[in-house]
Formats: sequence, structure tokens, C-alpha cells
Amino acid sequence: MINQDSKTILEVRGLHANVNGIEILKGLDLTVKSGEIHAIMGLNGSGKSTFAKILAGHPAYEVTAGTIIFNDQNLFDLEPEERARAGVFLAFQYPIEIPGVANNQFLRLAYNTVQSQRGKEELDPLEFDDFVREKMKLLEMNPDFLDRSVNEGFSGGEKKRNEILQMALLEPKLAILDETDSGLDIDALRIVANGVNQLTNKDNATILVTHYQRLLDYIVPDYVHVMEAGRIIKTSGKELAKELEAHGYDWINADDHSKTAGVRL
Amino acid sequence: MSTATSNSYLDNLLQSWQRPPASSWLDQLRANAMDSVGTLRMPSTQDEEWRFTDISPLSRLPYPVAHAAPKVQLSDIKHCYLEEASCRLVFVDGQFVPELSNIADNASAIIGNLSSLLPTGDTIARYLGQLAEFQNDVFTALNTAFLRDSACIIIPKNKSVTTPIHLLFISKQTEVTSYPRCLLIAEAGSNATIIEDYITTEEAPYVTNSVVEMSLANTAHVNHIRVQRDNQQAFHIGNCTVSLAHASQYHSVSITLGAYISRYNLNVILSGEGAECAADGLVLISGRQLADTHTFIDHAKPHGKSRQLHKCIVDGMAHGVFNGKIMVRPHAQLTDSTQLSRNLLLTNKARIDTKPQLEIFADDVKCAHGATVGQLDKEEIFYLKSRGLSELTARNLLTYAFGGEVIDRIPISSLKRQLEEIVLARTQIS
Ligand SMILES: Nc1ncnc2c1ncn2[C@@H]1O[C@H](COP(=O)(O)OP(=O)(O)O)[C@@H](O)[C@H]1O
Ligand SMILES: [Mg+2]
Repeated sequence: MINQDSKTILEVRGLHANVNGIEILKGLDLTVKSGEIHAIMGLNGSGKSTFAKILAGHPAYEVTAGTIIFNDQNLFDLEPEERARAGVFLAFQYPIEIPGVANNQFLRLAYNTVQSQRGKEELDPLEFDDFVREKMKLLEMNPDFLDRSVNEGFSGGEKKRNEILQMALLEPKLAILDETDSGLDIDALRIVANGVNQLTNKDNATILVTHYQRLLDYIVPDYVHVMEAGRIIKTSGKELAKELEAHGYDWINADDHSKTAGVRL
Repeated sequence: MSTATSNSYLDNLLQSWQRPPASSWLDQLRANAMDSVGTLRMPSTQDEEWRFTDISPLSRLPYPVAHAAPKVQLSDIKHCYLEEASCRLVFVDGQFVPELSNIADNASAIIGNLSSLLPTGDTIARYLGQLAEFQNDVFTALNTAFLRDSACIIIPKNKSVTTPIHLLFISKQTEVTSYPRCLLIAEAGSNATIIEDYITTEEAPYVTNSVVEMSLANTAHVNHIRVQRDNQQAFHIGNCTVSLAHASQYHSVSITLGAYISRYNLNVILSGEGAECAADGLVLISGRQLADTHTFIDHAKPHGKSRQLHKCIVDGMAHGVFNGKIMVRPHAQLTDSTQLSRNLLLTNKARIDTKPQLEIFADDVKCAHGATVGQLDKEEIFYLKSRGLSELTARNLLTYAFGGEVIDRIPISSLKRQLEEIVLARTQIS
């Protein structure tokens, strides 16, 4: 929900970034205020995941210019784990499998780390078990997943649900969901979207990275951004997603060029 | 006796040895072994089998054989007891300590120290020293020459010992050499689980030179868990030879945590058709430790199956060595064998030498092997950190998970718990 008086949670200015020496992000700007839901759309390879991973602090991406202020802090001053504890959460497009690390142990460690950072009570294994099972109900997840290794042998959809489960446990200030909808059938999509909707409130913000309008039927964004070649080239309200669906991304380009030309004149 | 060595370690041991009157078969065995010692020398890195393991520091330490076992406080060792084990044999510096042992009235097995079982028949005489060949191995020869006490276990035909048998070898005196010994005879159709466990109450160096022989008759089934938790100054040389008759099954897990320099030789001979063996191992070392595991799985008969997963976690400046030889002899058709050596280096000063060695002389076999040496996965570390875990916690968790795969194969939960705690404590130091 848009409220002009809300506090700015994320302020990205002129972000440039390389991976393996190749420039991927080329001057990205984005402002996110608390209470807002932003959708970032764009063709494959436009840099959406790169941006998401930079927010989470992935070491493979080198920021060459620009600033990111998160909650009045320079995000680049924070290590990935400090960002997580400060409330940044990325649901990965491709969550990795970690053989040998039990999901329940991992979830409890993550939960307790963030709880202690917030000066809140940590839970012992038994207490946590009750707590996490409740959260899993919300996502209609089978409790058997607790005893398995993190994401190991999970289907694509199960991995995505496990990501949202982590989001539900960590209650982030800024959640970035990178194509959480892909690989979900329509029922799973509804369950996951419902879970996310329950987690959004006026004090946090969500960035949805997606290809498809589909997800946005369930999680209604306040803004839709279109990303191309490492920049956000268009920003509008939720109706933009529908237009993109109807006309394709080329339509933006034509539209955008004429607009830019118009401004220049 | 010829002394073909100027090595002070051997010299000292040789001098301390007294030729028995050679009246009994046991005295004869000892004397023969000592004759072998006289023809052998300490291995050096010039020997192919010892290429990576320099035991010259041992040669400079003239540690005499340990005599009279000193008293051990129960409170010092109690934490290593295993609740599942109804039967426990305790040896201090290689010598049997009945007060600490618990040989429950076990109707399904004959369990005890060598001397107490000698009068019960000639079974032991027929087996002791037969599998552990001392003619070519100076350590086995020394152990046999100084042979006195030995854990002896006979599982009679078709009997099952349902609870694990815990052999606890404690090092109490420092600057001595002890010679732990174990003989297991699993008769046809029998079933048992043996834990061979090396611990210490001390921090200064000592030498352990152990020999284990296990003979599995037709369809016998033995679980063998070996845990070496010596202190980080100790020297530990262990030899284990296992013979598998028709359709018998031997499952072993070896955990190596201790010793400054350790060497474990495991030889498994599948001498009957359809025998099956699993020989898994976990080595977790740090500082300047060196741990060398040599295994030899010898498929001598058809339809044999062997499985092996060996893992090393090497921290600090430590050095892990794995040599896994698998032989498939000409008649051993339809052998099915896999071996995987996986290694984790935690620092760039840590070192691993791994060598799978397949020698296949039969044509209709299925053999797969592989070796990997790597570091912790950066993407995995990042994933954990992105959920708030510190770099250290993330690394510990992943290291622990790597080792956990082997520990999980131990079928005794109290031992598993003890090891998990040790591994967790270890991984948290680095
Ligand atoms: N780790 C990487 N190594 C090399 N190239 C990468 C890496 N990550 C992303 N890229 C490249 O960066 C571009 C943007 O990728 P990405 O951010 O994944 O796009 P999107 O998520 O919008 O599909 C692509 O051309 C991709 O190949
Ligand atoms: Mg992507």
C-alpha cells in the first residue's frame, strides 16, 4: 500500500555492477517505502537476479558505482549475514541443496540468530518444532521436510515453499522474491501467495521479481517496474503488468522511446 | 638373532624382549614374530606403502613396552562408556583390567581376555596370529612378539549377540609402547557388533601398536566400529585383517580423530563366494596431525560385493592420506565394488593425498571408484549467511554435515552422539 509519508526502506541510486568483469547492471534506480509491494519484470538476462543477489550481498557480484541505502544504513557496509539480521531476505530463484544439514537445524539456527539480534527470545529444539510446524501449516508443507537435508531432493515447488517458510520465520523488513512463482502449479501459487500476503504489512516491503502477470493476480503490487539491460526503464502502477502481458516487452520499448523523445523535445 | 637395524626405537624394543622358553604354541608364536622383527626394518618414505607418511619421529623415541597397568579412575573414562553395550572389555596400556570390564553372563558368546580363554579349547590357538601376517610387517611382528593380553571373542554357530561389545583401549602411561590386540571368531551364521575404541587420559606422547584379526565363517554378520581418539602427541599404528567366508557380511566404520601420526591398515579378504563388505571411514584432523589410512579389499571369489566411502576433513596444517586398493582376482567374476574418497580441505595449508588403486583381473565385474578433493562450497556458505548465520557457523555446519554422512552409518546411537559432540567441538575451534 502506498503512503507518501512512509519511511524509505530501500534507496538504490545509479547502481552499476559487474560479474566476471562484464557489466550487468548499468545505472539502476529504485526507491521502496515501507508498506509497498514492488514488482520487477523483464526479459531473461535483463539483470533481475543479479540485482536481487547484490541486495543479499553475494560475493560474486562487484559493485562498480552507485549507492544502496537500506533503512538509513549503507548496505555495502554490511556482510550478507548482517544484512539478513538487519531484515533483508532474498528468496532465491534457484535455492541450493545442502546435503547433510538438517532442515530443522538450519531453520532453528537462522531463526535464533535473527531473534537474538532483535533482542527476542530464542527457542530450544522442542519449542521451535512446535513453532515451525504452525508456520508450515500456513504453507501447507509436509512436516517431513523438517527431517530432511536442506532442499535436498525437494521438487522445484517444494524448494520455493521452503524459501517462503524461511521468510515467515525471519519476518524480514525487505523481502525480495526472485521468481518464486516459477515452477509452482496454480494451487501451490495460491498457497504461496497467500502466505506472502499474510506476511506483508505497513512496516515492511516486498520486491517481487517475476516474468508473469499470473503471480500479480494474487499479490497485488503498488508499482510495476520493467527492467532491461541492467536498468529500470519504466515504472507504473499494477495495470502495467497487464499491458505487458497483452503486448509483450517490445511494446514498452516503442512506447518508452517515444516518451523519452517527447521529454527531450 | 640378526639385528638388521640401527634404529633406536627397534633396538630398545629388541633389548627389552626376552625369549620365552618356547614351550607353548603361544611362546612359539611370539618367538617366531620376534625372529621376523629381526629381519625387518622400520619403514621409511622410500617404501611405496609409506610414501606420504614419515614415521621417522617415532624412530627417535625409544619408548619401551608398557608394563604393569596403572590405575585408571572410573570418572576419567566413564564418559566413553556406551549405554547400549552390555559387555565391555577394558585394557589399560594393552593390559586387561578385569575391575573395569564387564563381561556379562553372555550365553550367546565367549568373551574374555586371552589368558582366561586359553584353557577352553584349541579354537584360539588355531586362529590367533593366522590372519595378521607378521613376516612382512614390522609393526604386526612387534605386536605379536610382545603379545600378552588380547580381547578374544568367539560367537558360536548361529548365535547373535544383540548388544554391542565394547573394547576400550586406554592409554595411561606416556612414553611407552602398548600392544592392544583383538581376535574375533564369528562362526557360521553368527552375528555381532564390535566397537574398538582407543582413548587416553593423558596429553603427552605414547605409542599404540594394535593388531586386530577377525574371521567370519559362512553367512556370519559382523559390524565393526573403530574409533581412534588418541591425543595429538601420540603415535598410533593399527592393523586389522578380516577374512570373509561364503556369504558373510562385514560392515566397518573407522573414525580417526587423534594422534600426531597415525596409520591404519585395513585388509579385508573376501575369501568365500558372495561375501559382502562395507569399509567406511572418516578422518578429522587439524594442527600438524597426519592420518594415513590404507585399505585393501581383496575380492578372491565370485559374487563379492564391496562398498567404501572414505572421507577426510583436514584443517590447519594437517595431512591426510588415503590409499584404497581393491583387487579383483581372476576368478572373482561378478564382483560388484564401489569406492569413493571424498576430501575436504579447510585451509590452504591442509594437505591430502588420495589414491584409489584398482587392480582388476576378472572381466565380468562392476567396479566404480572416484576421488574428490575440495573446499567448502561457496554457494552453500552464502546461502547460510543470507539467512543470518555467521561465516564461522556456516562453515562449521557444512563441515559437520560432511563428516555426518559417515558418522550416520554407525548403528549405535550413544556412540554416534559422542562422536557428533566431538566433531562439533572440533569444528568450532577452527
Ligand atoms: N555468475 C554469473 N557469471 C556470469 N554471468 C552471469 C552470472 N550471473 C548472471 N550473469 C549474466 O548476467 C546477465 C543477467 O543475468 P540475471 O541477473 O540472472 O538475469 P535475470 O534474472 O533478469 O534473468 C545474464 O546475461 C547472465 O548470463
Ligand atoms: Mg533471474
